[in-house]
Amino acid sequence: MFDARPQHNEYLRHRAQQFRQQVERRLDGSLTEDEFRPLRLMNGVYLQLHAYMLRVAIPYGTISPDQMRTLALLAEKWDKGYGHWTTRQNIQYNWPKLVDIPDMLDALADVGLHAIQTSGNTIRNVTTDAFAGAAADEVADPRPYAELLRQWSTDHGEFQFLPRKFKIAVSGGKKDRAVIAAHDIGLRLVGNDKGELGYQVWIGGGLGRTPLLGQVVREFLPEADLLPYVEAIIAAYNLSGRRDNKYKARIKITVAERGLDVMREEIEAEFLRRREAFTGVDQDLLAALKSLYAPPAFRNEPEGDYEQRRAADPVFRSWTDTNLSAHKQEGYASVTVTFKAPGQTPGDASAEQMRLLADLAERFGHHDLRISHEQNVVLPHVHKSDLFAVYQELKAAGLATANAGLISDIVACPGMDYCTLATARSIPIAQDIAAHFRARGLEEEIGQFNIRISGCINACGHHHLGHIGILGLDRAGVENYQITLGGDGYDIPAIGQRAGAGFPAEEVVPAIDRLIDAYLELRESPEERFIDAYRRLGVAPFKAALYPADA
Amino acid sequence: MSKGFTPSPATPAVITANDLRMGHCVWMRDGAWTADPREAELFEDEAIAELALLDAIAQANIVVGPYLAEARRGPDGRPQPTHFREAFRRRGPSNYFHGKQAEFEASNV
Repeated sequence: MFDARPQHNEYLRHRAQQFRQQVERRLDGSLTEDEFRPLRLMNGVYLQLHAYMLRVAIPYGTISPDQMRTLALLAEKWDKGYGHWTTRQNIQYNWPKLVDIPDMLDALADVGLHAIQTSGNTIRNVTTDAFAGAAADEVADPRPYAELLRQWSTDHGEFQFLPRKFKIAVSGGKKDRAVIAAHDIGLRLVGNDKGELGYQVWIGGGLGRTPLLGQVVREFLPEADLLPYVEAIIAAYNLSGRRDNKYKARIKITVAERGLDVMREEIEAEFLRRREAFTGVDQDLLAALKSLYAPPAFRNEPEGDYEQRRAADPVFRSWTDTNLSAHKQEGYASVTVTFKAPGQTPGDASAEQMRLLADLAERFGHHDLRISHEQNVVLPHVHKSDLFAVYQELKAAGLATANAGLISDIVACPGMDYCTLATARSIPIAQDIAAHFRARGLEEEIGQFNIRISGCINACGHHHLGHIGILGLDRAGVENYQITLGGDGYDIPAIGQRAGAGFPAEEVVPAIDRLIDAYLELRESPEERFIDAYRRLGVAPFKAALYPADA
Repeated sequence: MSKGFTPSPATPAVITANDLRMGHCVWMRDGAWTADPREAELFEDEAIAELALLDAIAQANIVVGPYLAEARRGPDGRPQPTHFREAFRRRGPSNYFHGKQAEFEASNV
């Protein structure tokens, strides 16, 4: 299986060399674009609106400081000085030249990173909770399982030409932070009544043009059966998934058309056959991965002047209120560094910012960094006595915006500023909304809020899961934005419902503004979030706010 | 993307693609390629446009994905985009001063 340690990797060098030769053959005319396209996609290389784009996998969002510095090097040497965190824990470079990409892949190979299977109809980067191994509510650390899945799925011969792309997420918390219900396969680590660890297995979730929440296909799968069971699901889908229509090819459609029971029957039968073939090598590997992801040597020390600093500095206090998460280890917290400062493109990180985070992780964070699917970066393990120092360095770099989980912490795809599939722009809409509510000084009063924006129906911005979702479309040659309400990617997974007719770009902010005013008016207490009020009251009052002329 | 139109004096077209080696947007002029959209050739005749597109497709070792994009003749006689997607391709992204707008330092690309 694929060796995934964060160090020089001969196999990845070999793959980069293969790609170098493929590029040469494309340039000298030996390969047509039709022949070359699937080869470049296998290596994460897209051709976008203004340039090529390279998508690099950050396995389940976990990255070491040296790897982060290599991402910075790529941004500086072969791009325009920055990269873009995606909603699937990848990084995208927007401006590479095709002729430079083999060199970029070589540099990545030297730290064990790659772009394999970040595109194409294969098993994509396995994603998980950015707080894995740190969250106070964790049942088990999902990373060993995510890594096992990655090693197994990388270059898996049977699954290179699936009917369509395939996304797996693993969640280890009592609270799901990996959007399990929106994945082709979602795995929740759970315990059974005998105290054994296993997985609740979901299949058939996905967003895109036909958003569907997944369903539980197996309530409890024993820990040791992970690979044969996942293999059985994908093998069943590989046979029965539709190849006649790209828009009906995802497993969510297979499950919806054939029914969960039919799929379950096939999966269980296939599982029995597949399990025979597993000799236990996977369990040896899993045991090794568990020790690889053993908790770091946490410090058992007092919190220092943390509370005094909080009391003395209201801006620091505000940042600790919004950007820290509860840690399983006493004296520690997880820090969310948002890439959503005023005016910033959601998820864009400069090379300097990446290097700063690498340094902070080494000095204060047990050498650990995570990329979250909200397009932020997490320092999972920071001792409270170090928080003020971390905050000050972040602040100096413009990275201490106290808005994690607030209305300006907007998830947005690149939209038509970069993407060739997009039907409208996302980034300026996100920037305008964030700037507006900051100017009104309402962010903290509004509280926990989730806006997600996609620039086309493919839904990379996960707009269906936003409390407010915004979908950019082309209506007769003009950018137009549909608003969906009531989506949730966390506590109670829900697909947002379209509120009504779309808005031209300049009317989006006023429309959201009316919604927020209505919410502030209607909520029972400051603790009642927008989504809670929406669930209590239904769509009517919010629809009336959006479309006052119809009311 | 411009679909469902026929190049004519009322609905002229340009031929555009991406450069194979570098990826940037290019436009056809006299059978060759320019990175400057203001230099693009305007096609006002369907047959000539189709022949030129065949020529563009044959240059697959230079460009990727050539297509006819609807345009209009500007006051200076140069082509202008009719759809926002083509306008973005000519200008670059709206969040940074990157792409064509930086290349030509002219805001009216």
